[in-house]
Amino acid sequence: MTSPLTENIDTRAGRRGSVFVRLLKRPAGAISFGILVLIVLVAVFAPLLAPYDPNFVDLSITRALPSPEHLLGGDTTGRDVLSRLIWGTQITLWGALVAIVTSLVIGVPSGLAAGYFGGATDRIGTWISDAVQSVPGMIILLIVGANTGNDFNLLMVTVGVFMAPGYFRLTRATVLAVRNEAYVDAAKVSGLSHARIMGRHVIRPVVAPIVIQSALTAGMAMGMQAGLQFLGIGGGTTPGWGAAMNEGFRVMRTDPLLLLWPSLALGISIAALAVLGSTLADVVSVTAPLPSRKARRARRAAERAAASGEPLAVTASTGAVAHAAADSAVQIENLRVRYETADGEVEVVHGITLDVAPGEVLGIVGESGSGKSQTVFSVLDLLPKTGSYTADAIWIGGEDVTSLGRRDRARLLGREIGYVPQEPMTNLDPSFTIGHQLIEPLRAVHGMSRADAKARALAMLERVGIADPPRVMRAYPHELSGGMAQRVLIAGAIAAKPSVLVADEPTTALDVTVQAEVLELLRELQQEYRMALVIVTHNFGVVADICDRVVVMRHGSIVEIGEVAQLFSTPEEPYTRELIAASLDGAESRAELDRAFALTGSTAQDADAQEAAAPAATDASTEADRKEVRA
Amino acid sequence: MSATASAAPLLQAKDVVVEYGTRRKPNRVLHEVSLEIAPGECLGLVGESGSGKSTLGKAILGLVPVAGGSIAFDGRDITHASGRDRRALAADIQVVFQDPYGSLDPLMTVGDILAEPLATAGASRAEAKAVVGEMLDRVRLPKHVIDRYPSEFSGGQRQRIAIARALVRRPKLIICDEPVSALDLTTQATILDLFIELQRDTGVSYLFVSHDLGVVRRVCHRVAVMYRGTIVETGDGEQVTGDPQDAYSRRLLMASPVADPALQAERREAWLALRGERAA
Repeated sequence: MTSPLTENIDTRAGRRGSVFVRLLKRPAGAISFGILVLIVLVAVFAPLLAPYDPNFVDLSITRALPSPEHLLGGDTTGRDVLSRLIWGTQITLWGALVAIVTSLVIGVPSGLAAGYFGGATDRIGTWISDAVQSVPGMIILLIVGANTGNDFNLLMVTVGVFMAPGYFRLTRATVLAVRNEAYVDAAKVSGLSHARIMGRHVIRPVVAPIVIQSALTAGMAMGMQAGLQFLGIGGGTTPGWGAAMNEGFRVMRTDPLLLLWPSLALGISIAALAVLGSTLADVVSVTAPLPSRKARRARRAAERAAASGEPLAVTASTGAVAHAAADSAVQIENLRVRYETADGEVEVVHGITLDVAPGEVLGIVGESGSGKSQTVFSVLDLLPKTGSYTADAIWIGGEDVTSLGRRDRARLLGREIGYVPQEPMTNLDPSFTIGHQLIEPLRAVHGMSRADAKARALAMLERVGIADPPRVMRAYPHELSGGMAQRVLIAGAIAAKPSVLVADEPTTALDVTVQAEVLELLRELQQEYRMALVIVTHNFGVVADICDRVVVMRHGSIVEIGEVAQLFSTPEEPYTRELIAASLDGAESRAELDRAFALTGSTAQDADAQEAAAPAATDASTEADRKEVRA
Repeated sequence: MSATASAAPLLQAKDVVVEYGTRRKPNRVLHEVSLEIAPGECLGLVGESGSGKSTLGKAILGLVPVAGGSIAFDGRDITHASGRDRRALAADIQVVFQDPYGSLDPLMTVGDILAEPLATAGASRAEAKAVVGEMLDRVRLPKHVIDRYPSEFSGGQRQRIAIARALVRRPKLIICDEPVSALDLTTQATILDLFIELQRDTGVSYLFVSHDLGVVRRVCHRVAVMYRGTIVETGDGEQVTGDPQDAYSRRLLMASPVADPALQAERREAWLALRGERAA
């Protein structure tokens, strides 16, 4: 019962394993990763790689230019620059490691605790984190350096402490986002201790952002360390890059190369870390990458070539029309909807034909993935960017709009077609008043004056049963209930008296008592304006309540079209029967099931009794449900 | 396994009060709610969003603090159970949530998800494997799903996994919080049948929270109707979902559309009449 789109989602195991692979597939990722591996190898094998002792003084090469024996020349006291750089890699990486480990050890557990427990723990943690961030770190580092005789490791620990708030905030934010997930509640109910829940469920989503943060933090730590050494702190005899930069800086005018080499090493390292971090972030956040434009073009060309050779196997269009195109409110012929996915194009609507007469209420029913919403989005020309459709013909309001461009189609919205969405709240902009959101379209689309538009908006709100229209005009969306928000959207959709109103699951997000009110309103408006109404729903009760004709869809095709009375009394297709049976109206109650079970169940096997008690149709879908797993 | 009211209640909630918000400005969402569930019984709790029906389930599970009244399970007072006491209750009280997508940790395999409550209880690996296998069988999922991740399953299959997780400790009570409302109609019907079958086989009790009268009529022996934090009517399932006595329950029933055009036309008339009375 999954849509074709979700069936194509690759497995989590595959995704996790491929993060690294996908990172390396990107040039930026491969290059930066390669550079970092090289730097780590240089650090590890410094004793073998360095041609000379980094502290060995050979006065003959003082300020020497690069030569075959000393590839990068000598420094101001006659030491081999290359050897000092190679050994400097070791100390630079070690310093960054110390700082990061310190940050991690302080920031992650405290962030976990603050995000998970909230309340006082969170307030105190956040307070400390803010306090640390407001302390001027460089001054503290100078003090630490002065009082500990420039102990390098201690300085890097201090750097780590100052970078810990970054980890704290990141961890806390991520944990806050998952803390209220039902699986965390389920873990609590399962009897897991807080420590176990944090260790097993809460920490995992934190790992990816932490890794990314660490790449960036490592670069910062290297920069801090070089900065300290440049100021002459924490250097000593250790041949760090920062110390080398300091020395190079002093002789910059006479020997610019001495400043260039360590700067280059530091710059490349930090840049590589930053690029790696941001590429990682990209790779992790994009779970379903769009095919590249080149790949898409190539595939299209291949398809065209194939089509010219032998026609692709195209399934016949399903459905039929009941009225002449010029007399219909909406007519679509052989509509196909496709989506671009990582695995290529997926067709989700396989050629359907249907129509609606003026003043008729057409229901489109089906389960998730049946393509019912995709169908109306195509009529509205509002498919998402990755989707596209083709149709032999689309008629709206008796006009052929098949060849109209996007802009002309958009012009029909609000005039010829009104649209009522499923989620009323998310379809109102939270930062504007209701009045603004009703008046602006009237002015922009219909060129009304402000006063006329306001009068019309007030009249429409009154018409949809809003008790105090002037007050609602001044209100913001969050001040309305879901039912009121839906009335507002209906008011907006019919303000221009369209000939067709398209409602996509208009009552699914609402309570039943509110649903009844909204259905009653839609019925009244439809009759008053003699509008055609296309209502998409999965609820056969809603269909029975309001529709004249019904289209039953499954897996992107039309299964059956019929008058409402006929479809309910004598459905032709088994699938239609199954859907109607599944809506539980008229099905046996628990008491009846138990009585039946008591008669048969005491002797028969449990499974047989279950089959006897359950409607036959639902067993078929259990089977289908199970088959999905095997597939 | 038909439950009788005379049996000693497994769960007894008495005058339960739950408040959200700050201590100074509390927002009372449950007003002295009382109900009982017998062993092997399914009690339905219906109401609209914001009526407090899910909150009562959470109060029983210890996920929200109780501000007044008492909750007794199997004769023990569990109103303020926390820490070790609450964790011990995990063996007896379990939950199936509404959202089959959010209730399973996306980064764990199905096998790990199902074995986790057992491992916490100190079961050995072999014991856990046997129980997990048995429960997968009960919810009609093939054994090999233990190596898969939740994202590989459809909504109905995930809900089967969530039910199996609730079952592994062999609890006496499962709180079902809108367990089928996110599912397609046909899937919904099969999952409801599964709930009934499991109840017959294991004798578990359900508190079945739902906004859908058709759903509770199908699975519940008794039904309580909740409105704005108060229970307005409790009674036999067929009676409450077929011929309710309370005014709000009647409105709720008449507002639920039936999948039959002729019957629905009658029901709509009845609903319009009720609406007219109320306005008058």
